[in-house]
Amino acid sequence: MLDAGRHPNIELLAYCEVQGVEGKGKDFTVHYLKKARYVKEGVCTACGDCAAKCPIKVDDEFEMGLKKRKAIYIYFPQGIPGMYTIDPEHCPMILKGKCGLCAQICQAGAIDYQQKDEEKTLHVGAIIVATGLTQFDPSVVTEYGYGRIKNIITGLEYERLINASGPTGGHLYRPSDGKLAKKVAYIQCVGSRSLKHNDYCSSVCCMYAIKDAMLAREHDEEAESYIFYSDFRVMGKRYQQYRLRGAEDYGINYIRGRVAEVTEDAEGNPILWYEDTQTRQVKSLTVDMVVLCSAAVPSKGIEQLAEILGIELTPNRFVKTDPFHPTDTTAPGIFVCGFCQSPKDITESVSQASGAASRAAELLGITSSDKRTVA
Amino acid sequence: MSEHEGLPRVGVFVCRCGVNIGGFLDTTAVMEYAKTLPGVVFSKENLYSCSESGTVEIKKAIQENDLQRVVVASCTPLTHEPLFRAICQEVGVNPYMFEFVNIREHCSWVHMKQRTEATEKAKDLIRMGVARAIKLEPLEPIEAEVEPSALVIGGGISGLAAAASLAERDFPVALVEREKELGGMLRHLYKLYPSNVIAEEVLNDWKARVTNNPLIDIYLASEVSNVKGFIGNYHVTIKSPERETPLKTGVIIVATGAQLWEPPEELYGYNKKEVITQLELEELLRKGELKGDKVVMIQCVGAMSSERNYCSRICCVTAIKNAILIKEMNPAANVHILYRQMQAYGDEYESYLRRAKEVGVRFVNFSPEQPPVVEKQQVKVYHQLLGRELTLPFDLLVLSTPLVSQRGSEALAALLKVPIDQDGFFLEAHIKLRPLDFSTDGIYLCGCAHYPADVGEVVSQALGAASRASIHLTKGYIKVEPIVSSIDEELCQGCGLCAGLCPYGSIEMVDTPKGRKAKVITVACKGCGICASSCYCRAIRLSHYSNEQVEAQIRALSSAE
Repeated sequence: MLDAGRHPNIELLAYCEVQGVEGKGKDFTVHYLKKARYVKEGVCTACGDCAAKCPIKVDDEFEMGLKKRKAIYIYFPQGIPGMYTIDPEHCPMILKGKCGLCAQICQAGAIDYQQKDEEKTLHVGAIIVATGLTQFDPSVVTEYGYGRIKNIITGLEYERLINASGPTGGHLYRPSDGKLAKKVAYIQCVGSRSLKHNDYCSSVCCMYAIKDAMLAREHDEEAESYIFYSDFRVMGKRYQQYRLRGAEDYGINYIRGRVAEVTEDAEGNPILWYEDTQTRQVKSLTVDMVVLCSAAVPSKGIEQLAEILGIELTPNRFVKTDPFHPTDTTAPGIFVCGFCQSPKDITESVSQASGAASRAAELLGITSSDKRTVA
Repeated sequence: MSEHEGLPRVGVFVCRCGVNIGGFLDTTAVMEYAKTLPGVVFSKENLYSCSESGTVEIKKAIQENDLQRVVVASCTPLTHEPLFRAICQEVGVNPYMFEFVNIREHCSWVHMKQRTEATEKAKDLIRMGVARAIKLEPLEPIEAEVEPSALVIGGGISGLAAAASLAERDFPVALVEREKELGGMLRHLYKLYPSNVIAEEVLNDWKARVTNNPLIDIYLASEVSNVKGFIGNYHVTIKSPERETPLKTGVIIVATGAQLWEPPEELYGYNKKEVITQLELEELLRKGELKGDKVVMIQCVGAMSSERNYCSRICCVTAIKNAILIKEMNPAANVHILYRQMQAYGDEYESYLRRAKEVGVRFVNFSPEQPPVVEKQQVKVYHQLLGRELTLPFDLLVLSTPLVSQRGSEALAALLKVPIDQDGFFLEAHIKLRPLDFSTDGIYLCGCAHYPADVGEVVSQALGAASRASIHLTKGYIKVEPIVSSIDEELCQGCGLCAGLCPYGSIEMVDTPKGRKAKVITVACKGCGICASSCYCRAIRLSHYSNEQVEAQIRALSSAE
């Protein structure tokens, strides 16, 4: 990320949204909205004094709402550009003209409550769509009780809990009572491989559940893990070895079966009701916490972006490509890479990103510097 | 301060890395301690030294305190050394005057429960780092020209796509194919999933792009027989039965594909007649010679086993495709797929799997502990989801066997000096972040030579490898890390030990007026230090890791109070 931020040929347009595109391959005009940060870029030193004094606390999206942030905030500490932004939906100064504390505190004089969204344009030769994924809201899969039973969390929430820089300092304190969760169940295919919700495999959840369970054991020798799956997706390089290592070295229990329902006992412990399809027995398992490996879905706003760019999507809302030209969208000059084209892991995303770069370079005729045709 | 007299001005930055370091040792005490070390005129803690605000703080401190050496105690040089070096350079400090001390992987992470000891160890590490920093010398990058052309090894779909992409951008390409014709594995396939397009049509499209491009020289029935040189300047020999052709090239792309594992006869009665592989089924389908209407397919034959402990990725969807094709040709056909874990991943394959079920393909889940047994013209298999044994008569039994590493991969790996993994596939530089690079600059990887992949994935990788390779071709030059060996000819006895040990072939023995001496090919030297550490005469000096620098570090370690 910092590499991209520092590269002399890359201009990062963060906190911006594409609003319109004209032209065609080699010559696009892009209209975009640069959203007001209410903080001056290049002036803010990211010292954090403003946030320390800001009286408004709101749920921190980066921490999946497991922690609070201020109304003037930085999305996450290593974020690029390293500067603060005022959240206009919560800042009393922006909403009602009352407060102004951050402007008084800021030594650099970086606060500007009068800043407005700006409409800007940009000329480019090629466009690459790399909008990634977001997590499917599992509360609609009502049988799993997300939102109703406190000790049921999502895969992304788990990522924050187990992270040493996260809200619990890397300890698996469960939401209901702050007790250390030692026995954790992971449910696969929540809202994916499902005609009701998302009719595809998210392709990364089996493997990240193994990683999650390994981390739990590394943090706590007594950690117990149960992964409920229907087909274990181990189709990547060295994945099968990883899965076996999970069982052998980390004691992970793999149970083939789709959990039917999750209920809760009087202590707030989730109870999973399932059929072990390998023994065909209906059983239940009481655990400290459940992690829902919820479907990964295309990022919010992909339909609008597709309309702006004039590209087609698949029925599952992924960017449509010809199966044998997986980096070309249906519009010439617009290329695609990563999860937004089809569910895939980091390795495949990195490969495809280089592939999309190749296609853009072919279009623009980028060749050796001494015979370059396009500047 | 008099204690710093004659010493360069050293600044020490101690990173908390959020809580990764700050949570497990006392970074403030470490920072205060650093201030007491000889030469240190400035010391500061950062929440994240690598963040934009952290880097701004470092730059500011360098300028305000006129620092001549910069020590950052944080994470690993593997990921962050380039960044901190660049920061030094931006404010006029030679990047090789930067010293990295790892107090995360080497300290806080491994001593999470020993705060006091971890803090003391961090102090030791920083004292050593500062001692070495004082002895550092400025170095200038070494530049070499890059021949703007590429060699692509393998004329299957991955090699074709990589070659076409580079030639499209005006880079001359030599494409070497071992067989008499281009096309690789795709020549043997019938229709491709998920769109059921004829494989030959996809192949012909890519072949036309390659054969119609005058910048691509195609060498058929040829193999690479010799490789010398280094990034930008490879001298390669291409050998065919008729001749040997020398060639100069800037970069090399390995696109040698994979081969199908052929089962031994004793396995499920494999006989190429009624017991065949998926590849042989493709051939039957292509020629329209499929007979009989009872077909059983067994997945993971020879895969996900102790000998080949991996999933071959493409076999499940291949079986689904062929099963659907058979059902479409003959709706009365009875097709069973015996599987362990169905790999129907991505946007499309789940609905493809459902389509197979809708047209009547039967799926039978078995466990590796109870594999299917073949008796004459029937398969007995324990269906673990039903909990009973099924007896499935067949006219045709199709074995889904894995893709395995290509014939000759080991020899090619030795020629290129690149590694292969335990399964025989080529080993990339980093499993997640650099899947298309080798750790040796100038050599790239794509397609099934890396790991089994379907045609779309292979094309993605091939275009990606072309992009990676084109970075140096486009620039026309490379900058080589100046951490290299040099020979003191006065001390060198010409024994040749170093030349034999060098894993990169970057030392040659030359005759000089003073006799036979070792000579370093500087641009090819990787600075590994093997030569310097094995030279009996101490005639080899490795810059940035000189004896004086390393000894200063060792002395500092033993000088603890």
